Amino acid sequence: MIRHRVYLVLALVAVLAAALVPVASDLAAQGKGTIKIATQSPLSGGQAALGEGIKLGAQLAIEKSKGALEKQGFKVDLVPFDDQAKPDVGVANAKNIIADKDILAVIGHLNSGVAIPSSEVYKEVSLVMISPANTNPVVTDRGYPNVNRVCGRDDVQGVVGSEFAHGTMKSKSVYIIHDKTPYGQGVAEFFKADAEKKGLKVLGFEGTEEKSNFDPIITPMKAKNPDAIYFGGIYDQAAPFFKQAREKGVKGKFLGPDGMDSSDLTKIAGKAVVGMYYTSAAGPASALPKAKAFSEEFKKKFGKNPEPYAAEAYDAATIAVKAIEAAAKSGKVPSREDVATAVRKAKLAGITGDIEFDAKGDRKKALYFVLQVASDDPAKWGDNKIVKQLTIAAPAAAAKK
Amino acid sequence: MDVALLIGIFPQVLLDGITLGFMYALIALGYTMVYGVLEFINFAHSEIFIVGAFVGVEVMLGLKSAGLLDGLPWPVVLVLVLLAGMAGSGFLAVTVERVAYRPLRNAPRLIPLISAIGISFFLQDMIRLFESLWRNAFNLVYPTLDALNLRFELTETLDVSVKSLVVIGAALGMLWLLHMIVNRTKVGTAIRAVAEDQAAASLMGIDVNRMISLTFLIGGAMGGAAGVLFGVQYGLINPYSGFIPGLKAFTAAVLGGIGNIPGAMVGGLVLGLLEAFAASYLSLLTGGAFGAEYKDILAFSMLILILIFRPKGLLGEVVRERA
Repeated sequence: MIRHRVYLVLALVAVLAAALVPVASDLAAQGKGTIKIATQSPLSGGQAALGEGIKLGAQLAIEKSKGALEKQGFKVDLVPFDDQAKPDVGVANAKNIIADKDILAVIGHLNSGVAIPSSEVYKEVSLVMISPANTNPVVTDRGYPNVNRVCGRDDVQGVVGSEFAHGTMKSKSVYIIHDKTPYGQGVAEFFKADAEKKGLKVLGFEGTEEKSNFDPIITPMKAKNPDAIYFGGIYDQAAPFFKQAREKGVKGKFLGPDGMDSSDLTKIAGKAVVGMYYTSAAGPASALPKAKAFSEEFKKKFGKNPEPYAAEAYDAATIAVKAIEAAAKSGKVPSREDVATAVRKAKLAGITGDIEFDAKGDRKKALYFVLQVASDDPAKWGDNKIVKQLTIAAPAAAAKK
Repeated sequence: MDVALLIGIFPQVLLDGITLGFMYALIALGYTMVYGVLEFINFAHSEIFIVGAFVGVEVMLGLKSAGLLDGLPWPVVLVLVLLAGMAGSGFLAVTVERVAYRPLRNAPRLIPLISAIGISFFLQDMIRLFESLWRNAFNLVYPTLDALNLRFELTETLDVSVKSLVVIGAALGMLWLLHMIVNRTKVGTAIRAVAEDQAAASLMGIDVNRMISLTFLIGGAMGGAAGVLFGVQYGLINPYSGFIPGLKAFTAAVLGGIGNIPGAMVGGLVLGLLEAFAASYLSLLTGGAFGAEYKDILAFSMLILILIFRPKGLLGEVVRERA
């Protein structure tokens, strides 16, 4: 009996709490209304380091630039979502996001494989998405008016990689591994196509979802003895692969795309990755003069260095706030369509350089880098040397598709 | 097709396959022993296995921060870590049995199965919660012991690392120990008696509940040892790392004949070798048309074939029919 009574009390409390919540939020939303900006990135799991950086970068930007909107009487909030780097979770979150009428912009995602299906959902209601990190060409090549990105594209990044392997590393042969996601396989295929064009010998092209035991992939790779090994994927998978490859005596040089760009790479792989090269569509703060102040502020506020793409998320969120501001001129909460149109027209002298979008939502001039890992100490990830820096215009809309 | 290359890598693939196979065998023992006694599949065993790996890495990181990791001779460190992993997993398995399975002992067969799946999810996220609060990390890296990373380059394509020798040696030792316990001791006899017929065993004065707990303890400890060896061999673990090896080990147990201890060992080795050969040779043999990613398809097709012709597994005859 006593047990039943306890349940009854608990149930009552739950009902009361549920009833009280909307009241509380109604009270808070005095004035002209609430404007919310969502982030979607992996906040848990193996890629949380980068995902957390995206969230915090956006948070900092919103706090800094929301003043004008608040003066007009709006309340501006950030709502972070955890997409767990999984397409199904991203889509489920996206459905919740479009159901919340207050959300006027999404900053995200980290993974192209998550961004592509999720943006289909945003498109239903013309909700604007500004991606800080999705480099797969498909993201913008669909020509959706609500999808934009402030980073570069993999059809350029893959070529930057193969050019570097051919021109600077002087590799004659290459072995390519990818993670079977749209991002990893995509960039690996662009790398492969251009490498073949340049006369590099592609000794192998393997996809794997394996996270721990890479022996069966390493053994045939080692026997073929490639000059360079390219991993199209993300650090949480690439790091153990590189570590095991070195431990098994593989001598080829390592190369990868921007998925390698996290201090966790050295945390996991240690000495094995010192000296390896990676291309990036997001430069380290040291390469961007304006980003230095951002780095310092980020560190002061959150007690850690900004991970790659935090600065891009900062710029993306600033664009979102400014666009909402422009669309809210009439003094009312703007419609999602108006915000999307305003974002496409936005011009920003951001901390990652000048940002303008072309007709597809690609950044008109994106930055690409080749970097070299400097130390096996994860705290010194920021010391990685820039070996090459390029500014390349996005390929024209007709180039693909 | 490069025949010299195909032959050249053969010994290395064989070694990789044996290492993996012994690991599967150790995990498979946990499934098979519990099935032998209770006739139910303990799906939480994959988490019990990975908890062993986590206990191991915590002990190693603890030793490292105490500065003892390089001070102590490596076999001492290894034995210490193995024992800790085995104790952690063993006691966890006993607790899980006490909390989640014993109250359901007389329930219909599906109920404890669901309970096991629930425990599996619960443990995964408990580890994740604990590690994120304690170390703020998702992936944990096993500290490297330099002595274990020594390699002997026997030929151009064959390297034998001390690590894989240690894994194989430790696994063999564990299997021998288990064999002795089950077949040469009084408790072993009692466990086998409970597996044969619980009611009759209890009439003979055997404490059935204690024997079941003991079965979980031994199976869990084997899983924990496998967890530590997995961490040492592959270097990186996360809270979800246990799932796939657990599934494979379960397959190995079925392949060898579930409920049958030597069967689990044979099944583990067969599956490990199949997987290693499939992954290394598929793309070489098909000119890249089928890559390493097809290894599981090949391994599981073999499983289906074996089960069509030998429904009770490779060593299935030993499984007693239940009255």
